[in-house]
Amino acid sequence: MLVPVKWLKDYVNIDIDTKELADRLTMSGSHVESIKYVDEGVEKVVVGKIVKIEEHPNADKLVVTTVDVGNEQLQIVTGAKNIKEGDYVPVALVGAKLPIGLKIKKTKLRGIESYGMLCSLQELGIDEDLIPKEFKDGIYILDKEYQLGKDIKEVLGLKGEIIEFEITPNRPDCLSIIGMARETAATLGKKLSYPEITIKDETDDIKDYLYGIEVEDDKLCRRYYGRVIKDIKVGPSPLWLQMKLIEAGLRPINNIVDITNYVMLELGQPLHAFDLDKIEENKIIVRRAKDGEKIITLDDEERKLDETMLVIADGKKPVAIAGVMGGANSEVTRETKTILIESANFNGRNVRLTSRKVGLRTEASSRFEKDLDPNLADKACNRVCQLIEEIGAGKVVKGYIDINNEPKKVHEVTLRPKRVNKLLGVEIDTEKMIEILNNLELKAEKIENKIHVKVPTFRQDVEIEADLIEEVGRIYGFHIIEKKPLTGTLTRGEKSRERKIEDLIKTTLTGMGLNEITTYSFISPKAYDKINLPEHSIKRNCVEIMNPLGEDYSVMRTTLIPNMLDVLSRNYNYGISKAWAYEIGNIFIPKSVPVKSLPYEIKTLCIGMYGSSDFFDIKGVLESVLNKLGINNHEYIREENYNTFHPGRTASIVYGNNVLGVVGEIHPDVLENYGIDERIYVAEIDLEIVAYLANLKREYKPLPKYPAITRDIAVVVDKELMVKEIEQIIWENGKGLVEDAKLFDIYTGEQIPEGKKSVAYSITYRSHEKTLRDKEVNEIHEKIIKKLEDNLGASLR
Amino acid sequence: MKEKLEAIRKKAIEKIENSSTLDELEEIRISILGKKGELTQILRGMKDLSKEERPIVGKMANEIRETIENKLTEVKEEIKEKIKRERLVSERIDISMPAKEKRVGHRHPLLKMIEELEGIFMNMGFSVVEGPEVETVHNNFDALNSPENHPSRDPSDTFYITDNILLRTHTSPVQIRAMKKLKPPLKIVSAGRTFRFDDVDDTHSPMFHQLEGLVVDKNVTMANLKDTIDKFVKEIFGDDIKTRFRPHYFPFTEPSAEVDVSCLECRGKGCEVCNGTGWSMEILGCGMVHPKVLKNCGIDPEVYSGFAFGLGVDRIAMVKYGIDNIRLLFENDMRFLEQF
Repeated sequence: MLVPVKWLKDYVNIDIDTKELADRLTMSGSHVESIKYVDEGVEKVVVGKIVKIEEHPNADKLVVTTVDVGNEQLQIVTGAKNIKEGDYVPVALVGAKLPIGLKIKKTKLRGIESYGMLCSLQELGIDEDLIPKEFKDGIYILDKEYQLGKDIKEVLGLKGEIIEFEITPNRPDCLSIIGMARETAATLGKKLSYPEITIKDETDDIKDYLYGIEVEDDKLCRRYYGRVIKDIKVGPSPLWLQMKLIEAGLRPINNIVDITNYVMLELGQPLHAFDLDKIEENKIIVRRAKDGEKIITLDDEERKLDETMLVIADGKKPVAIAGVMGGANSEVTRETKTILIESANFNGRNVRLTSRKVGLRTEASSRFEKDLDPNLADKACNRVCQLIEEIGAGKVVKGYIDINNEPKKVHEVTLRPKRVNKLLGVEIDTEKMIEILNNLELKAEKIENKIHVKVPTFRQDVEIEADLIEEVGRIYGFHIIEKKPLTGTLTRGEKSRERKIEDLIKTTLTGMGLNEITTYSFISPKAYDKINLPEHSIKRNCVEIMNPLGEDYSVMRTTLIPNMLDVLSRNYNYGISKAWAYEIGNIFIPKSVPVKSLPYEIKTLCIGMYGSSDFFDIKGVLESVLNKLGINNHEYIREENYNTFHPGRTASIVYGNNVLGVVGEIHPDVLENYGIDERIYVAEIDLEIVAYLANLKREYKPLPKYPAITRDIAVVVDKELMVKEIEQIIWENGKGLVEDAKLFDIYTGEQIPEGKKSVAYSITYRSHEKTLRDKEVNEIHEKIIKKLEDNLGASLR
Repeated sequence: MKEKLEAIRKKAIEKIENSSTLDELEEIRISILGKKGELTQILRGMKDLSKEERPIVGKMANEIRETIENKLTEVKEEIKEKIKRERLVSERIDISMPAKEKRVGHRHPLLKMIEELEGIFMNMGFSVVEGPEVETVHNNFDALNSPENHPSRDPSDTFYITDNILLRTHTSPVQIRAMKKLKPPLKIVSAGRTFRFDDVDDTHSPMFHQLEGLVVDKNVTMANLKDTIDKFVKEIFGDDIKTRFRPHYFPFTEPSAEVDVSCLECRGKGCEVCNGTGWSMEILGCGMVHPKVLKNCGIDPEVYSGFAFGLGVDRIAMVKYGIDNIRLLFENDMRFLEQF
């Protein structure tokens, strides 16, 4: 919302500078986004009269003018086409400065000397979009004769500051100059003076012009107020009006439209003027559009309507989309003789949806969509009549039509001063509270220990006591409230066991050289094809987004693997030779398809690695994590049917009946889908199960007192035998004296028969009770060898 | 005999002093003090001496033996010392040569920031809780007093799963969950993923992160809120950073405020970055919990009051680390991650 400070001063006496004003308004709740200084950069530009226009002897596109600037006549060469002798125009003298960064010098144009420049509005720093159409591409022609040589800044009122406010959606009343003046008055503790609305002359009777107004849908149109003005003379607005609109960010169009816009800016009520002669059957019907109905709006675009939308129609056709934009078929033009001024109150939600559907957001719709005060309608309409009368653009017809089914009334809210101080943590006098409320026009009165407040209808956001506490607090000043530390119950900052486990996992993984990544919770359903999930895979049952940003972000992920592969492939394509990464994030498992309730969200760990790594690196990473979490009795079971993975290099991690997850090398087909030409290792682990199994208790075990004895063993076994089985026999037959069994060599080749392999272990024996003798160890060792021979067909090498 | 002993001593000392390696010393030791050494031989020949001579020569021989041994030890130490010094010189390396690669992983800046924020609040007595990413419309909007006509409810702002289920648009539904599950006094923070219908560009992402805080107890005031936020801001940005509470509007708090902090570039003096105001971006929204929200969660607003705040973690991380494009946070380029 753009607010020229000058305009604000029409209603409230401001005696501080604009910078301070902006600060104080910000601190009372009207956030200032910027301050623009209007006259910045315009210097030595004056009013001049074009006395003579002559052809340029050397150029067809230029003319030579003689301009009277009061004390002298200047020869100025210009390329402008819209000027004629006798026009009053802005003239930049030699030495003038223009906000576009131009400095005017005496110059020669095609051999003819030129002592200045005739200016367009754009050259005076006015935004191109705000310049009236007729002056868009030419010199600005002043509307009447001004004193020659007078500073153009004074003539145009190019002075002062414009404050841009961010208006929160609960305060549609502040989308008006008067609303901001009210805030200003309350903030500064000043009095607000409203414009006086009076119409001097009223003739004829509205019934002679308008058959009637009918509101078919009073839910969507709460109030419709209309007046008629005759003998309309459409033309450009007076300069003061044009400049006010321009400063507030609206482009002047013609006097009628400008006045409706002026009143909208001033009071916050959007208005519309219809050419009454174009209204068929002389009646207005406020109804829902019919499916398939169309209207060409004022911007010359055809809009398709449907029955969710509200339109203003005459006896035959829609003439406006309610609250959004008028129709071209009833537009006010130079030929217009009689107009109907519409001042209505439409349902905010409906206007918002309609505006969105037709793809048209206007000054009107952005106000209506916040639900306006229905009691504004009559005031605003009469204000328009008054101004049209004042500038002599028409004669107001007597009477009005007001369809107001459910008049909005002032409501009462009670405020307990004690409660204010208790909630804010301050000591404000009751008298001060009453003063603040009254300055906001929240009519406050003390009755016994309470303040009774009559809330005017323009403050629909004030419903309950808490709302009034905020009003008192913000005008008193949040910045004045002194900080006080929390008292009361002492609490201990805690973290859940699951979060502690998650933190421990992250620390462990980071310590091992893995980088943490984070990716979107939604993925493309095509990702499931990319990782070769079978068509019937349960993981394809996912939570779908009704209105996704696109297919790529349309389903909630049921596995973290696709995102991990995306990240790894991106890094691979960047030429990064090694990427070890992990992500902890949720997967989303629907309880039913289609989704009827919140899905299960399962915290999951995904590890992905390429570059100087193999299966046993990722297995090592996993083992370190599980070991840190005190999980030891898990097993790796060969997994051959998980299509994402290499069938010979993949394992499920199993603990009793629980499957913790999967670890393995990515299938070459999947790598191809991701365009990666390097082996990738991935693990996906269910952290809920891990958290359930984790044991974070630690108990000290005494350090060994007695020496250990180490024996190496090398056996030849079938190539397909899993070493796990050898280890099992070592442990089972160690009589509790085996402390460690380390695989240190696997060999196939010379001296080893085809289909066999040699496996070598280093076994450490130790007792916690005594020093072991060779003899004891030898006995156990022999037994282990024997068992290996008997059970696995191993032969000692 | 005496002369002979004296000659041995003299010769031995001379030899010892002239030797330069441990091996030479050992040779000398063996040749004199060893089983077949000169001195040993002499001592062995003592039996041929007279009774009178024996103690004198014996004493002398022992003294000489001691002298030689001492000398041997002394020179041995010297040689050892010399060898050590020589080694230190010869082992000189080019310390400018590259280090061997030792890999340590890097935390994601965003998640590291969340942990840091949680840590700050835990120290202030807040417990860390979590909430789901997929939420009910009720928890995300209705229970938080969001007007039915609020534009944020539109499908052009919010991702819907069904008419009643959505991707949470803020972490505030955790307030509702916490208040319903835990009774006051309660003091929690909750960080996590949030979603809004925004196309990806330099400053927007359909997924981003927030941290929510909530305190509900008897006698909780706006003055307490200001104190809590101020402490937190100083902790994260530095003691010289000030906070400014501007009245604002949120459906679920009343009164509501936005908090600005001193410009991090100029620390409040005024510079180009802050347009000379000395204040930089609003980093969080906060306020006193709306009585309707308390009621919705079965808490009597006449007995209890509370405050809540929510902040955009992505923004704070970006400001703190000087990251100029939000996409970097979700691209997971290793070269980016390894800077943190």
